[in-house]
Amino acid sequence: MAMEKEDLEKLIKQSIPDAKITIEDLRGDGDHYSATVISKKFKDKSMVEQHKMVYKSLKGKMGNELHALMLKTKSE
Amino acid sequence: MNDVTENINNEIKNNSVVLFIKGTPVFPMCGFSAATVQILTNLGVKFHSINVLDSDEIREGIKKFSNWPTIPQLYVKEEFIGGCDIIKEMFESGELLKLLNTKGIEINPS
Repeated sequence: MAMEKEDLEKLIKQSIPDAKITIEDLRGDGDHYSATVISKKFKDKSMVEQHKMVYKSLKGKMGNELHALMLKTKSE
Repeated sequence: MNDVTENINNEIKNNSVVLFIKGTPVFPMCGFSAATVQILTNLGVKFHSINVLDSDEIREGIKKFSNWPTIPQLYVKEEFIGGCDIIKEMFESGELLKLLNTKGIEINPS
């Protein structure tokens, strides 16, 4: 199972519209990504909460279609 | 409360530092699990590990319990700290050590 980089970005943008997203396909297999997400919405939120917001935007795909997503979040 | 939830609750209540991983600390079966084991070992933290590959119930149960979709997962004094990326980031910034100290966890760096 794999996922396109563009789809990944689209999903995150849908729930975090102001997100600045940088995605890297780590192995070129559409299954191991690294993403940096920067958004104003992360302000005053803990890292766990920030990551949960991104996972939520992926609508259950994380851990299923998507095996690995190295995640870095930052508030703007 | 169902059995799995109760089980997980007991584990994190009875052990100060609990790491849910794929495999064992000696033979981690996933790179992310291995990375977290290495960080805790590096810091000299004694931790209780649970191999989620031993039980599908725990593997799915812990994801629901923490509302977190991936393994590994770290708990310190019953508090969910995060997954691999967060543990790594906190380790690098020194925050993890600070947190462990605040929570009164014994640390013996090698």
